[in-house]
Amino acid sequence: MALRTTRAQRAAVRRTPVSWFRSGGLSTVVFLLPLLVVFGLFSWYPIVRSVVMSFQETNLVTPSTFVGLQNFQDVLNDPLLWTAVKNTLYFALLGLLFGYPVPLVAAVLMSEVRRFKGLYSALAYLPVVIPPVVAVLLWKFFYDAGPDGVFNTILGAVGIGPVSWLQDSGSAMPALVLEATWAAAGGTVIIYLAALTGVSTDIYEAAEIDRAGIWRKIWHVTLPQLRGVLLITFILQIVGTAQVFLEPFLFTGGGPANSTTTVLLLIYDYAFANSLGGEYGMATALSIMLAVVLGLLSAIYFRLTRTWSKS
Amino acid sequence: MKSIPALALAVTLAAALTSCSGSDDTKKADAPAGPVTVKVARDPGLDKGAIAAFDQRVTQFESANPGIDIVPQEYNWTATTFTAQLAGGTLPDVFTVPFTDGRGLIERKQIADISGLVDTLPYAKKFSPNVAKSGQAEDGKLWAVPIAAYGQALHYNRTLFQQAGLDPDKPPTSWDEIRQAAKQIADKTGKAGYAQLTQDNTGGWILTTLDYAFGGRTEKVDGDKATAELDSPQMTEVLQRLHAMRWDDNSMGSNFLYDWGGINQAFAAGQIGMYVSGGGNYGSLFTQNALKPADYGVTVLPLAEAPDAGVLGGGTLATVQAKANESVKAAAVKWIDFFYMKKLADESAAVLDAKTTAASKQPVGAPQLPVFDKATYDESLKWVAQYVNVPLKQMTPYTDKMFDQALVTEPARSTQEIYKILDPVVQSVLTKKNADIADLLKKADAEAQALLDRG
Repeated sequence: MALRTTRAQRAAVRRTPVSWFRSGGLSTVVFLLPLLVVFGLFSWYPIVRSVVMSFQETNLVTPSTFVGLQNFQDVLNDPLLWTAVKNTLYFALLGLLFGYPVPLVAAVLMSEVRRFKGLYSALAYLPVVIPPVVAVLLWKFFYDAGPDGVFNTILGAVGIGPVSWLQDSGSAMPALVLEATWAAAGGTVIIYLAALTGVSTDIYEAAEIDRAGIWRKIWHVTLPQLRGVLLITFILQIVGTAQVFLEPFLFTGGGPANSTTTVLLLIYDYAFANSLGGEYGMATALSIMLAVVLGLLSAIYFRLTRTWSKS
Repeated sequence: MKSIPALALAVTLAAALTSCSGSDDTKKADAPAGPVTVKVARDPGLDKGAIAAFDQRVTQFESANPGIDIVPQEYNWTATTFTAQLAGGTLPDVFTVPFTDGRGLIERKQIADISGLVDTLPYAKKFSPNVAKSGQAEDGKLWAVPIAAYGQALHYNRTLFQQAGLDPDKPPTSWDEIRQAAKQIADKTGKAGYAQLTQDNTGGWILTTLDYAFGGRTEKVDGDKATAELDSPQMTEVLQRLHAMRWDDNSMGSNFLYDWGGINQAFAAGQIGMYVSGGGNYGSLFTQNALKPADYGVTVLPLAEAPDAGVLGGGTLATVQAKANESVKAAAVKWIDFFYMKKLADESAAVLDAKTTAASKQPVGAPQLPVFDKATYDESLKWVAQYVNVPLKQMTPYTDKMFDQALVTEPARSTQEIYKILDPVVQSVLTKKNADIADLLKKADAEAQALLDRG
């Protein structure tokens, strides 16, 4: 065994272009090349270019000029930034309150159902299949603030409303979160259901022998078994909600009175809202700041929860 | 949800594409002769008849110009999408922009210099100076062709007026009457008596219009120095009136997040009694929103008894993509001449256009302000008189007085940005009962001044 290892090591040291070619090195590169090109061009190049652009002033037509940290300063001095940060945190908080438990509860309940399980899974997943823009337009219709709106008609039947869903600074953000939860929950439900199939039935049987009821089984068996998945979906939820864009962009355009302007919408506005060429430098500067914050948050979170996830 | 890399990708690809497509017309000046393909803007969401009329105009043009192939591309200028399209190079070769964007696009060379070609058009020197200014470079060369001009107007629904017990032939002539009529419509019909644009910079656009009507201005320019004047007694009065109509009278309905397309749609659907927008809006309402002609009425915007009170006026420029080569530029100017301009200055072209448009049951004769002089405009109306199919009689409250009103151009500096600053102001007033108007205007004014100081 020791002799073989030594030979292999020698061969590796003596590897020449010819031996590399003969051992199929070129085909590896050929297979890898498209992936590298696509990944480099569409993933890494924009990131590197964005970092460069965040230190530049550019209108995308005339040559760019380096302005140092000016873009970062401008962003940090923009009063709208703090409104956007506050709104994004609010969205994330509401997302955690509504959006995080709902798929878990749905998945656990569905896993307990014996009949029509497939049908329930399909129904839960259905909103994910609907294109997001179509879903938003549909919900915009539901959220019509007049007494004839779909939701307001339903509420009117029990003597409530009409509610100014999207037209009121107080209710606009919760309305957005509700739709976002509806749209995204199905995907998470499927993840939980898949994780639940991995839970050994022996443990449930043992719990049943111990006369554990359904709630005790969920609390003492299901949830501990899902710990790893719960950890991942939690951080994905935070990262996802911090990057909310589509809902405020299509539902409210950031209004009313900037009550739904999120960080990503602000980035978009910097870059594209001014019809004569936006503040691309400021847009990329804010993108980078957000990415750094999310990266740090993820790192801290994983470090803090490492012990817990291993246990 | 959109990710940061996706947005960064959008911004960066836009940069990359633009850097490839910059003003390189000189390099391509010697483009080969032969068939030229020109992508031209066509309004999105047109009904079948309007598309048929457009296609027929394309066929007529291609028959007269065998070497040119016209390809229609759906395009509509909106503040929030235009930059992305411009930067990404996805605009058609011939596209339209509002007057407010002309100067900036020319200064930054974001559109092609077609001034040499425009100069050869027979009516090149006939443009009304105020109108021409928006499409001219510093040296007076016309890079963008003014194709239409408008003055703001009050559009109203005659059917809702009747249902509310108002006389549709006698629309409001003062802001007090507008308030009263709005309340009456809301009370009697349950619809919004008066609605206001609030989104995508249109909130600022209409707020500025109302400010002008009360004698205010949003900025004062003195040489290089521009001063924001958003925090003014006139603007305060406008916002107080809107606040009262919304909260005291409850006459503004339930939607306070209208963009241009949205408000047109709601108005055409009979949900709105009155709203303010460009005087020539009938065409869009009819071809894009299926407006019933019998419902439509339009009148001049009431002006307050103030020395500077006036009507905000603007218009549309036809422009050519910066990356267009010489052949495309030449063909594009021919199209602009054929499709937008000739009908305003040449009898046979006007008749052909009107005949084709009317045959497809599309509107002919909707009022607009002249891009040349008034005499030419009046003459052009006579040429097409027999094809006019819009309810002209219902438009007389506007057409009888539109030329008597003082027309004031839009703010000259950072126009769209200042409109954007005003969007949340009007949204606040309409969605928050206890909105502090003085504070909102003070903050907006400071923000606008900082913007103007940056230049």
